[in-house]
Amino acid sequence: MRHVISILMENEAGALSRVSGLFTARGYNIESLTVAETQDKTLSRMTLVTRGSDEVVEQITKQLNKLIDVIKLNDLEESPHIERELMLVKVKTNDHNREEIKRTAEIFRGKIIDVTTHTYVIEMTGASDKLDAFLSVINNDIIVEVVRSGATGISRGEKGLHL
Amino acid sequence: MELSGGQIVVQCLKDEGVEFIFGYPGGAVLHLYDALFHQDELKHILVRHEQAATHAADGYARVTGKPGVVLVTSGPGATNAVTGIATAYMDSIPMVVISGQVPSSVIGSDAFQEVDMVGITRPCVKHNFLVKDPKDIAETLKKAFYVATTGRPGPVVVDIPKDITDPNVKVRYKYPKKISMRSYNPAIKGHSGQIRKAFELLISAKKPIIYAGGGVILSNASKELTKLTKALGFPLTHTLMGLGGYPATDNQFVGMLGMHGTYEANMAMHESDVILAIGARFDDRVTGKLDRFCPYAKIIHIDIDPASIAKTVRVDIPVVGDVASVLKELLHLVKETTDKPHKKSLEAWWNQIQIWRKVNCLEYDRNSRLIKPQYVVEQLYELTKGDAIITSDVGQHQMFASQYYLFDKPRRWINSGGLGTMGFGLPAAIGAKLAFPDQDVACITGEASIQMCIQELATASQYDTPVKIINLNNRYMGMVRQWQEFSYESRYSHSYMDAIPDFVKLAEAYGHVGIQIEKPEDVRPALEEAFAQKDRTVFLDILTDRTENVYPMIEAGKAHNDMKLRVALNTPINRELA
Repeated sequence: MRHVISILMENEAGALSRVSGLFTARGYNIESLTVAETQDKTLSRMTLVTRGSDEVVEQITKQLNKLIDVIKLNDLEESPHIERELMLVKVKTNDHNREEIKRTAEIFRGKIIDVTTHTYVIEMTGASDKLDAFLSVINNDIIVEVVRSGATGISRGEKGLHL
Repeated sequence: MELSGGQIVVQCLKDEGVEFIFGYPGGAVLHLYDALFHQDELKHILVRHEQAATHAADGYARVTGKPGVVLVTSGPGATNAVTGIATAYMDSIPMVVISGQVPSSVIGSDAFQEVDMVGITRPCVKHNFLVKDPKDIAETLKKAFYVATTGRPGPVVVDIPKDITDPNVKVRYKYPKKISMRSYNPAIKGHSGQIRKAFELLISAKKPIIYAGGGVILSNASKELTKLTKALGFPLTHTLMGLGGYPATDNQFVGMLGMHGTYEANMAMHESDVILAIGARFDDRVTGKLDRFCPYAKIIHIDIDPASIAKTVRVDIPVVGDVASVLKELLHLVKETTDKPHKKSLEAWWNQIQIWRKVNCLEYDRNSRLIKPQYVVEQLYELTKGDAIITSDVGQHQMFASQYYLFDKPRRWINSGGLGTMGFGLPAAIGAKLAFPDQDVACITGEASIQMCIQELATASQYDTPVKIINLNNRYMGMVRQWQEFSYESRYSHSYMDAIPDFVKLAEAYGHVGIQIEKPEDVRPALEEAFAQKDRTVFLDILTDRTENVYPMIEAGKAHNDMKLRVALNTPINRELA
């Protein structure tokens, strides 16, 4: 099962490596990891996507909680939540496909943010599977590069991860 | 008060009530050592290798319950300490390790004696810090002691770059009386609802067993454990780390469990219907094959570390909290209630346990003309009336010590259980002797283990720590040889050491007493002589039976009810029990 774990931690040097080190040391897998400071500069917010059985994910959350720098965390899958990922895709264009790529990007609510005679850069946000879907309908041969931020997430409603 | 960084470190340790620092100087900590020079309140113990500094601090911590303190230099000083830090981490021992670091300005430039200590120790510490400003030293050290000693204890590393301890930079010093951390709040009290559920399950049990580990020792919960066990009338088994938590000479104690546990303890675990696990972590050496572990049992697990619960074995009733506090609450429920455990079932259960006991799984050849290691431990036990502090190294001798020395009190049995670190015993004994100079301290070791930290014989003479070294010398890495006999058709690949030193001369060279014993009848007199020499470190080099094995044994991948015994169950002697 895929789990999105949101972590609020002290914004200290080495905090990120404590988390990633824990995952390698205990053999858990990380699908993606994003981290940045919050409105409170002393806090970092991390979103970690992992896969594992319920037992493994339970251990992961316990082990993360055990890290001294971790203040709070929650598994977003446990309640309604919103998940977003940012993707930038550079594609090769020609006279024949320019219109079609633009239309497809619009269907996925993507924006073309850089244009040259032979390329587009498309910006797109959404849940990770939506970005996957977009990539699957674009001809692989025209993709120059794909950059993804990894998923970030937030719970719906009044519930929140804060001090 | 304005002090330099170096002075602040020293002052913090004093304010924290530290007695001993185990360390070794070097370039990056010279400012700090200079600050130490100007005082004599803190006693510095100069070891001969940084690994020994951590083990000695660890031994001190295990016997006193107070944190051990270590001071090492950057680079190799720091990396040498890592084995001892990992040893303390695996056994949850409170320790604060201060390591020097190259000056802040050259960090990251591969400077002389630079190593990323924070990075290297990350997986084997409870937490670590890099100090970036002399103003932060006091608060960081306070946090280090707080984190190391609370919750599930463990080692904490504080890495201090040389410029931070510069004698020319003075800052205001104030040691915080208390500290709180928003990201760290260990639970102490267990959930009352869970404790009640645990109690109800215990009362309904027909074949219960208490399985208690090192958490009992760490939480100083021996008294509570003993009272509860007595009140319930249940059998109790200890892990290697738990020995001494409950009196081993009491009838309700069925011995240690696990790979080299007793037949009765392992069988009782396997057949039990309710297990009360206390401060234990279902280690692989305890559980044997996981999918055949205790197939009929419901499990209650009390532990201060939630991550220890349901890590390898499913748990029916988890209770997160300090062992002593939870046991107190549980005892209160047991005493208050009129519900009593099933008397009839419990009687039948004890009858079964008595039958298992008759297998006499720890019996060995007492008529041998060779010295049996078990005999040495038994004699040591009798001579010291079971009241010595026993440290050990790792291997067969460690198992013999755990099986034949009956610990009635906590903090008497000091060994590296989790990491299994050879070389631990002698420095740990020195640390223990410094803490309790009037107490008999013996290190049960083997000729392979002792050579891993043999240089500490010099520390023992410098600081006058008269410990007794019981070297069970079988001229083999005994446990390796045993596994090779059982699993590799006796191909003794590199488990024999040529050129074993003359330990008697070696001991004498360091200024100690050395005695070699070859005959069983000389064991007792030699032990008596060793302990009679109160103020001397005595090295007893005891040549034991080379082929002796540790029994019982659950081989890797086997279950609790599948033990290898010295005298098999189907032999005439045990036939009626099989």
